[in-house]
Amino acid sequence: MIRLLTALLFVLSLSSGSARAQDADDAFQALASGSFDQVRTGVAQLVASGSPRAAPVITALQAGKLYASSDHALFIKQDDDSFVDAATGAPAPDVMASGVKPVRLNNAVRGAIDAALGALQLFAPDPAIRLQAADAVFTAHDPAALPALKKALATETDTTVKLHMQQAQAAALLVSDDASEADRLAAVGVLRARGDLDARGFLSSLSDQPPAVATAAATAITSIDRMLQLWGLAQSVYYGLSLGSVLLLAAAGLAITFGVMGVINMAHGEMVMIGAYVTFTVQQALHAYLPAFYPASLLIAVPLAFLVAGLVGVVVERSLIRWLYGRPLETLLATWGLSLVLQQAVRSIFGANNRDVDTPAWMSGATQLGGLTLTWNRMYIILFAILVLAALMAALRYTSLGLRMRAVTQNRRMAAAMGIRTPWIDALTFGLGSGVAGMAGVALSQIDNVSPNLGQSYIIDSFMVVVFGGVGNLWGTTLGALTLGIVNKFLEPVAGAVLGKIVVLVLLILFIQRRPRGMFPLKGRAAEA
Amino acid sequence: MKLDRTAWLTLILVMGAALALAILNQATPPGSAAHVPTYVIALAGKYLCFAMLALAVDLVWGFAGILSLGHAAFFALGGYAMGMYLMRQIGTRGVYGNANLPDFMVFLGWHDLPWYWYGFSWFPFAVLMVVLVPGLLALVFGWLAFRSRVTGVYLSIITQALTYALLLAFFRNDMGFGGNNGMTDFKDILGFSVQADSTRSGLLVISALFLCAQFLMARYVVTSRFGKVLIAVRDTENRTRFLGYRPESYKLVVWVLSAVMAGIGGALYVPQVGIINPSEFAPGNSIEAVIWVAVGGRGTLAGAIIGALVVNFGKTWFTGAFPEVWLYALGFLFIFVTLFLPKGIMGLFARRQRRPAEIEPEVTPAAREVTG
Repeated sequence: MIRLLTALLFVLSLSSGSARAQDADDAFQALASGSFDQVRTGVAQLVASGSPRAAPVITALQAGKLYASSDHALFIKQDDDSFVDAATGAPAPDVMASGVKPVRLNNAVRGAIDAALGALQLFAPDPAIRLQAADAVFTAHDPAALPALKKALATETDTTVKLHMQQAQAAALLVSDDASEADRLAAVGVLRARGDLDARGFLSSLSDQPPAVATAAATAITSIDRMLQLWGLAQSVYYGLSLGSVLLLAAAGLAITFGVMGVINMAHGEMVMIGAYVTFTVQQALHAYLPAFYPASLLIAVPLAFLVAGLVGVVVERSLIRWLYGRPLETLLATWGLSLVLQQAVRSIFGANNRDVDTPAWMSGATQLGGLTLTWNRMYIILFAILVLAALMAALRYTSLGLRMRAVTQNRRMAAAMGIRTPWIDALTFGLGSGVAGMAGVALSQIDNVSPNLGQSYIIDSFMVVVFGGVGNLWGTTLGALTLGIVNKFLEPVAGAVLGKIVVLVLLILFIQRRPRGMFPLKGRAAEA
Repeated sequence: MKLDRTAWLTLILVMGAALALAILNQATPPGSAAHVPTYVIALAGKYLCFAMLALAVDLVWGFAGILSLGHAAFFALGGYAMGMYLMRQIGTRGVYGNANLPDFMVFLGWHDLPWYWYGFSWFPFAVLMVVLVPGLLALVFGWLAFRSRVTGVYLSIITQALTYALLLAFFRNDMGFGGNNGMTDFKDILGFSVQADSTRSGLLVISALFLCAQFLMARYVVTSRFGKVLIAVRDTENRTRFLGYRPESYKLVVWVLSAVMAGIGGALYVPQVGIINPSEFAPGNSIEAVIWVAVGGRGTLAGAIIGALVVNFGKTWFTGAFPEVWLYALGFLFIFVTLFLPKGIMGLFARRQRRPAEIEPEVTPAAREVTG
């Protein structure tokens, strides 16, 4: 390794044009020599020479297609078993397979080849490849790459790539033997600024450093740890928010129906499931008949899911729930029965297996924000939840239906006396709540399995949200959903997913003791329910 | 306490049927026309245990207005206590032959018996736990809930949360209750092999005895002065409170009693079905128990027993004959009973017989007032 390095440094010190051609010739000589040590040096020399033939020759060497003749000339074997001259790339028709021997490799040479190819990519025209190469060098942190890095840095214009190259350089520098203490300290600073798990791992693996550098590395590790902890916290909040918005979507409709009608709809989860299956059906239909619209499948599914689930809701209210007003516990049982029927119906139609719902291209992937990984689909779900919430609030606040709904929530008999047709309000409220659940189903189809049991897995959580937040108040529901989501995600790393959930449930049961009607209880006569 | 005709009929039918099945199983040779196969005995025993659960639900729902959607949790806890005793009885006959640890603990690489398993090899201790564990959980939960006046659907939902939390907890291997697989492969109970026909017949008769005893006790409770207050609490809790009673104390007593009844049902259930696992805690199970009561007739006690037997017989038959249809049937049963048969099967007879209305359920005026 040291010899390789000195060779590289030596080569780099003579970097005028004519010397370069000379270097390349020397490199070819070394490659053809037959000694592993020399071949290794030759690889590094070839890269440093900047010869345009470096990439094809080293690739051929890696593939075992580089051959040397007895007079130390190099040839590359083509796929059709003919040979070309390694130094020029010109065809060499008079070379026979019997006259040449392949250049042999051992592990040391293979390592040099990997490093060399990585270094070569540092000069690739595509910045993405350069970035990848820089990261590869960082992972390998082989001091042999330092000269190449230095050259690449001199010409690099892309700031991101440059930053990564500097980090790679810092890492390589720290493991090299002859860097000055000042350089080392600066390198630790660069890595500390990088501040991710890789940088931490690298710093903690350092050994044999001067005492000042070792101390600097130790403080850098603590600082990185603190940063990572903060980012981890932020990541938990993000996960919590995304779980919370899912819960909010699932629970918002429940809160409305519960608030207005005092009815617990155990089939609410099945409305969510219906929404998810609408998404599946829309995707299937688009795929078969209108492939051009396929990327917009979710946009089409959202209103459709609202309509279908809402319609089911209205039908359920008219045919079932309205006969049970004043008997909330019986309603609970009847809607539970309904949920069994709906589940089995979906199972009969679509089968018991999970159905695949695609995530459109514009929703997949993730973006990196500092130490945060923000997946797009969760991002969109958070946005969607905000939109749905805003639309619901606007509907309750500014439409005449919303006004009537609020009136019925506050005092049903007074509202009826004022001429509001409460049965219609009930039906529409139930439809609205179910429709919102349907839209939640579209969102859930993106992050969960679409199966007949989809709704069941969310119904208890949705109830918890409603119980926690109080009924008839969307702000309470929002706060309840987000709190539960975030608490859940914070407990998960500490206690594990299952235990975390148990703790949340127990906390909720205890919370109910203090506030039997949720965080934002209804006041007045309605509170007597 | 004077027993009316329904009560006598219930006692005679339950005891008579159990005894007849047991005798036909034991006294006739296999293959004869009168012989009752052992699987029928096990099935009947299972139904009787479910009837105990239904009775427990009816006691709190029908007479105190507490719709518990988590009663199967008490049932399962009683079952687990009995299961732990049965596990200890396996001794060295397990797959790993470890005298000190149940198989699943050996499998998990544990070396010592957790402290909460101590004593379960002793039958009286296990029996004590069958009563104490569900009872104490109900006491703590009920005390917290009733004291802060959590009622109606809120209470129903947190009972769901309770059983759901227990379901998740018992699924964990670290809990030391067998995790996902639960406990099974039992060998004997009090020295009798659980697989033997005679043991199964004996367990059936014992289940019938316990069911009758629970029925009598529940009847005694609801016909006593205490029961009258309970019904008052069910119908208008606030009015009862203003009359100077403490509804929460009355509810707590009947709640704990009911939990213990369910626990005993669970304890008898486990040796007869030969397995206990966390799925007994599934929220749906508790809701199904409520529908048994609704089918039989809420607030009639005898109806709860009839409902449990009828629905479970239907379930066995349907899942055997048309497995696809069972969920439809159960779902429509829920809807049909709540819509058209609010007093259940007992309501059909009551109309003809004009029984005294003292323990008839009725729609609570309080609820009607609020939403009406």
